[in-house]
Amino acid sequence: MALFATCINDLMFPSTPKAVVILLERLGCVVEFPMEQTCCGQMFTNTGYFNDGLDCVKTYVKAFEPYEYIVGPSGSCVGAIRHQSVMLAEKAGNAKLATKAAKCVEHSYDLTEFLVDVLGLTDVGAFFPHKVTYHPTCHSVRIAKVGDRPYQLLRGVRGLELVDLPDSDTCCGFGGTFSIKNPEVSAAMAADKARNVVSTGAEYVVTGDNACLMNIGGVLHRNNTGVKPIHLAEILAHQEGDAL
Amino acid sequence: MSTNPPGQARRTPAPPKGTVGIGQPEPVASPVFRENAKKQLQNTLMRRNMKHATTTIRNKRLLRVAEVPNWDEVRAQGAGLKDRVARHLDYYLAMAEENLIKAGAQVHWAKDAQEANQIIVSLVKAKGVDEVVKIKSMATQEIEMNEALEAAGIAAWETDLAELIVQLGHDRPSHILVPAIHRNREEVREIFNREMGRYGTPPPKNMPNDPPVLAGAARVHLREKFLRAKVGISGGNMIIADTGTMVIVESEGNGRMCLTLPETLISVVGVEKIIPSFDDLEVFMKLLPRSSTAERMNPYTSMWSGVTPGDGPQEVHVVLVDNGRTKVLDDPEGRFVLRCIRCSACMNKCPVFERVGGHAYGSVYPGPIGIALTPLMRGIDSPIDKSLPFACTLCCACDDVCPVKIPLSDIIVHNRNRVADKKRHDIHPHLETTVMIPADWAFKKAKHFELVQKAVSIASGIAFKNKDYLGPMPWPASPWTRARDIPAPPVESFRSWWAKNRGGAK
Repeated sequence: MALFATCINDLMFPSTPKAVVILLERLGCVVEFPMEQTCCGQMFTNTGYFNDGLDCVKTYVKAFEPYEYIVGPSGSCVGAIRHQSVMLAEKAGNAKLATKAAKCVEHSYDLTEFLVDVLGLTDVGAFFPHKVTYHPTCHSVRIAKVGDRPYQLLRGVRGLELVDLPDSDTCCGFGGTFSIKNPEVSAAMAADKARNVVSTGAEYVVTGDNACLMNIGGVLHRNNTGVKPIHLAEILAHQEGDAL
Repeated sequence: MSTNPPGQARRTPAPPKGTVGIGQPEPVASPVFRENAKKQLQNTLMRRNMKHATTTIRNKRLLRVAEVPNWDEVRAQGAGLKDRVARHLDYYLAMAEENLIKAGAQVHWAKDAQEANQIIVSLVKAKGVDEVVKIKSMATQEIEMNEALEAAGIAAWETDLAELIVQLGHDRPSHILVPAIHRNREEVREIFNREMGRYGTPPPKNMPNDPPVLAGAARVHLREKFLRAKVGISGGNMIIADTGTMVIVESEGNGRMCLTLPETLISVVGVEKIIPSFDDLEVFMKLLPRSSTAERMNPYTSMWSGVTPGDGPQEVHVVLVDNGRTKVLDDPEGRFVLRCIRCSACMNKCPVFERVGGHAYGSVYPGPIGIALTPLMRGIDSPIDKSLPFACTLCCACDDVCPVKIPLSDIIVHNRNRVADKKRHDIHPHLETTVMIPADWAFKKAKHFELVQKAVSIASGIAFKNKDYLGPMPWPASPWTRARDIPAPPVESFRSWWAKNRGGAK
């Protein structure tokens, strides 16, 4: 199996793909990291730059074509591959790439899908003695469609107390380049999300996407709320005796 | 708030300056979405009113939708029917025209807003009247018919309660179904007290801000106009092609008054509003009320086929309006917006719309359907239309609630692609297109990405040593860091950790 680290994790949040490696190796997987990988391309595609998004699809296909399982810790990046890679190739009239991309899509999984559906696990042997609240990111729910898998996995963590997040299905306001193009609306949405997180009394806010977490966590940090952002993979990798 | 300009005799309250219609001759003068939104975000009362109203209606919609066990199947049927009509539009339009005429209606064709307004003005003038009563209608908003009638010396009186609030308030609708959603009862009381007497029966003295009393004042004010009017104007929710039947779905009964009391009825309808046969009506009567007002069934559904001697209007006109719709039909990615039945479920669900309100969009169609539809119908030439596709986080919540399964977020991305392509082909360079060149280079090959990572890692080691988070920073980081901190980039990327710790494996 191959790890699709995603560009934002590779560059900004290496602790998340590291946690995926530790977790999957603990569960008996042989993890490979194809060095040719870069990005899913959605930053380009969703800003309207389809040709640049297409370059990322080519890179993705080249890096991951040989693998049976391609696993990424991001509903958004895996979702983008699933929903847009074939469209980009077809729109460019590249039928060969579209066929290859479609094959890659079949083999691409969000981490939670791989754990629950392929490995058949909801208890991955994790220990995390903290009160946490989970924000189901928009793309993980509505594009990758991971369903309640993240909740199943969190309920399997020993010591963890999971509290409901009010208005959990409302977007945090990140939206990729939206946060730069419409920063005021983005900030208004992020403020509401952060307020809801704080209202739960949780120590950690958990998501399966570090981009959204960067937005929510940025507001929580700016306001000195003391609530920490953490990626789901890092909780699942955590065991008794591990330092945080 | 604007008032009627001094020295200019108007029949009806003047709306704010500028245009938000589709296909109007003058260029849209609205500032870009971001500037509008910034202003609206600070409107505390609007924010509170919008949050309350949209939360209530979307929670109620969830309950009503959950009552239909095969909801998804009905949505698919609705989408399929609309797609069939779009595919064979010429056939169904001809069928509708034939059956409308057979039933006694007169059919007029308008290619754009100006043609539609010319037809309507001349029909009203031919009746020798200087006023009309009208039903809430997006088609008439889209062509800005009220202002065209006003320019011809004809007063168009809105009779929907919320449209009346908007009209008397010298305001614009901020929602396609609940036009005064941005107003609360105290504001309504204030508007009625100030304006009603100038345009007809005044409200009672010392009127409280009690909804039934406010509605009562509107009822008395409107009654006089209903009884006096010789011409009524409506839109149309559906035209049933095989029977030539028009359908209006409404809540207040004002529509029924406009449809039955005047001697002449003019209905202005977009060409995409056709459904093939009477049997197909049930699909949309299941989808529309539950998606729009979150009701199992709306209070008033009116259907009429042409003219019935001795009963209702004796002269019935139907103005079929294109106004950009066939242009949308020509766009293989965008054409699915023509499925829209104007229910407004998408805007009630949209987190951006909830916070900025409808006025921020500079278009009669705001929210998700607005940013999908307006740049397709009106084009992407003006600054506001270029900015609309980006007024969205792509959270995709609208896709899930659309009763006719319009792929709204895909169409919004398609519109972004149109804007980006246009920018790329512009003679003067754009910052964004320029930035995309090195960005594309960085992600095209892993070797390039590694170089970028190394540069970030060196910079991070020097500049952000011992820092977890970075606070406010100058442009270009300012749009992000004005509102929130950003984690300091780590000194070691995952890639280089992997090479050190798991190196060799590939």
